[in-house]
Amino acid sequence: MLRIAKLPIAVFALFILVFPWTARQIPAIEHYPDIMVFAGIYCLITIGLSLLMGYAGQISIGHAAFFGIGAYISGILTVNYGMNPWACMGIGMVVTAVVAALVGTPSLKLKGHYLAMATLAFGIIIFIIFNEETQWTGGPDGMSGIPGLSLFGFEFDSVERYYYLVWGVVIAAFIFTANVIQSGTGRALRAIHASESAAGAMGVDVARFKILVFVYSAVLASLAGSFYAHYLNFINPATFDLFFSIKLLIMIALGGMHNIWGAIVGTGLITFLSNEWLQYFEEFEVIVYGAILLFVTVILPEGLAGVPGIVKGWFRR
Amino acid sequence: MSADMEENVLELQGVVMTFGGLMALSDLNFKVRRGMIKAIIGPNGAGKTTLFNVITGSFPPTQGTVTFNGRPIQHLKAHKIADRGISRTFQTVELFGNMTVLENVMLGCYTRIRTSFIASGFVLPRSRRKEKQIRETALKILKFIGLADKFKDSADSLPLGEQKLLEIGRALASEPELICLDEPAAGLNETETHVASSLIKAINAKGTTVLLVEHDMKVVMNISDEILVLNYGRKIAEGPPEDIRNSPMVIEAYLGADA
Amino acid sequence: MEKITLASQLLQYLITGLTVGSVYAMVAVGFNIIYNVTEIINFAQGEFVMLGGLIMVFLHVAMGLPLILAFPATIILVTLVGILLDRLAIRPIRRPSVLTLIIATIAVSIIIKGTASFIWGKDPFDLPAFSGRNPITFLGAVVQPQYFWVIGFLIITAIALSIFFDRTIIGKAMSACADNPDAASLVGINVKQMILLSFALSAAIGAVAGITITPISLMEYDRGAMLAVKGFAAAILGGLGSFPGAILGGLIMGSIESFGAGLVSSGYKDAFALIVLLVILFFKPSGLMGSIEISKIKRF
Repeated sequence: MLRIAKLPIAVFALFILVFPWTARQIPAIEHYPDIMVFAGIYCLITIGLSLLMGYAGQISIGHAAFFGIGAYISGILTVNYGMNPWACMGIGMVVTAVVAALVGTPSLKLKGHYLAMATLAFGIIIFIIFNEETQWTGGPDGMSGIPGLSLFGFEFDSVERYYYLVWGVVIAAFIFTANVIQSGTGRALRAIHASESAAGAMGVDVARFKILVFVYSAVLASLAGSFYAHYLNFINPATFDLFFSIKLLIMIALGGMHNIWGAIVGTGLITFLSNEWLQYFEEFEVIVYGAILLFVTVILPEGLAGVPGIVKGWFRR
Repeated sequence: MSADMEENVLELQGVVMTFGGLMALSDLNFKVRRGMIKAIIGPNGAGKTTLFNVITGSFPPTQGTVTFNGRPIQHLKAHKIADRGISRTFQTVELFGNMTVLENVMLGCYTRIRTSFIASGFVLPRSRRKEKQIRETALKILKFIGLADKFKDSADSLPLGEQKLLEIGRALASEPELICLDEPAAGLNETETHVASSLIKAINAKGTTVLLVEHDMKVVMNISDEILVLNYGRKIAEGPPEDIRNSPMVIEAYLGADA
Repeated sequence: MEKITLASQLLQYLITGLTVGSVYAMVAVGFNIIYNVTEIINFAQGEFVMLGGLIMVFLHVAMGLPLILAFPATIILVTLVGILLDRLAIRPIRRPSVLTLIIATIAVSIIIKGTASFIWGKDPFDLPAFSGRNPITFLGAVVQPQYFWVIGFLIITAIALSIFFDRTIIGKAMSACADNPDAASLVGINVKQMILLSFALSAAIGAVAGITITPISLMEYDRGAMLAVKGFAAAILGGLGSFPGAILGGLIMGSIESFGAGLVSSGYKDAFALIVLLVILFFKPSGLMGSIEISKIKRF
């Protein structure tokens, strides 16, 4: 569970590299790279959330807020002030870090339901702000005209280019997070999850770590939000609602909360469900998500990542 | 380091601990000399675990001072106290069940060797060396406590006796000056108790001062240099085992329990 | 022309606040019933309110059942949903942990919401008021009679519950489970049944809230989440687990929201309750009538 092997990462990177070319050959899935861009953006969020919830044992049902803060800061600063998008991304991450630290610090003392509700309330408050502060955010109608991204004249103006950009960042974030998990710091986080008092007694500054992980996950979400804004060139508050926070939860739960690969797999599946496979069953979409979440919670608590273990268990009998 | 000049590793003065209306510890004064094994005994509810919690920083005392190597620590949080050199085990074993035996002990090294979050994300050669060092230290400790062959097992797969040993091993990993053991023999059978006692003596022989809370009188009488008796949060006796064994006050306090 | 004085304006806000607060109070009471017996916070609590409103619309408006019949029928149906929640989502969980239970109730709340949107669509629905819509003038404030129905049902619910818990055997059994489930099962109380009953009761109360509030504020498929959060805020404000606290908390929460919307900003109406929730959680999680010791003992 802890050795996050290098080979699967290499294989996965190869898959990502080759996928757009492959998709172009098959008309039925020609548009899949576009969906993969979204999957990648969401993976940035769920990688951080996986660290927070699966390894450090905290909970957040308000992460859509950080996703939104990144998106709106990128949007507002580039559209209204013409600032450099990359700089805005950085600013968004800094602002998000500050907000996360401010919210996270008093939330530390909370556990379980209290923490869940606090993050939920926070998420909704931010959502309301997006809707109400019309002069900044454009209100419920949203904000358009957000520029795309370019680097030294190289424009990321096609699906494929954006795909490689986003997934490059995702893989980097994945490797970084995997390294943290396998390190002494990762051990400290898992210790916090298992027993905060014992971790403290062994010298782990529990309070500081909790804020740190929360901020890290928030910053990743903000980065994802910026990428989202520059891809769609349009954002509106509806994207950053409570239901999206819950969807993030479903992504991690489906993949397997205690496994960083689970974040990737779960996110991929739910994104494809959302954008592709359930397109014609819109009325059922919400029910399907709820059913998946319930199924995973009751029957498959370790998510899809737990399936190999279960199958092994069958064979042993 | 001036610490060597301090004869007393730990000193409590006037420590009072009240919870709401309940006074759990009242005007406690005692010293722990460097290199000794000191046991704290007393009937249930006497305040023994509360005392440990105050010393190790779970919460600050309502009044009084706790001094470690001459410096006050009563206001410090648990992780800072661990950094200063005090380690502990828990009455009900608090292992990290989500980790292996080896990883539990490796975590014990955290106060001595750690890397920052950012540095952990990039696997630098220095981090790799640190990790190797931690691993080697942990394996050495596992050998010392006799659990080396189970290093890959999940911590909560161990039987209780070995879990308690593991917890002690984890507490040793930080090379503490003072180790506080909260009922190391609780729930153990005779063989396991014997192993635990021997381990505690071996730890002490290596120079670590030991403070322990224990109910098992055989263990206490066998390994302690000095015993402190607590009843209703007050010290009612203190001295070498022979004195305590024959003290009428202690016998009276324990009337009805195994003495 | 009548002069609208500041006093009557404030009174207006207060009555609106108490009315809305009654709904929050009923949601909060529902939270407490389940929480006391199981220590679970039921995120789907708000969905019971939503279902109460929408099912009532179906039975009374679409099917034409008279109020006297539709009211209890709705309550029964919503109670069934509550029972399903316990049977299908809570009971089957093999290794219940706080996180798992939170997620399970969230899952159910989404399923209920999705089903509601499938059956009723996304538009809000109206119910005829119980005693007409002729406004009553009360000390200078102009109030819909339905407001008094809502507050009235809160009072009825509160009285009924206190009789139930203090005077009936089943009610006392439930209180026993709340205090000490192990001891309760030792004396022969079927704890699992009590848990089921707690969900059923919470659902019923939620339904009452939904039925009574719909003639005032309409009801649509996705109202549940907000109601749940605000009801939770009310429960925490009054001290989680305390029924009088829940009622007090609900009424205060509703009033804060009403005054906030009227005096400060109506766009941020929903945010007031949430901000109060955060403030309580951050500074006094035991609420107005709880105590620190009790909240520390609660096994989170």
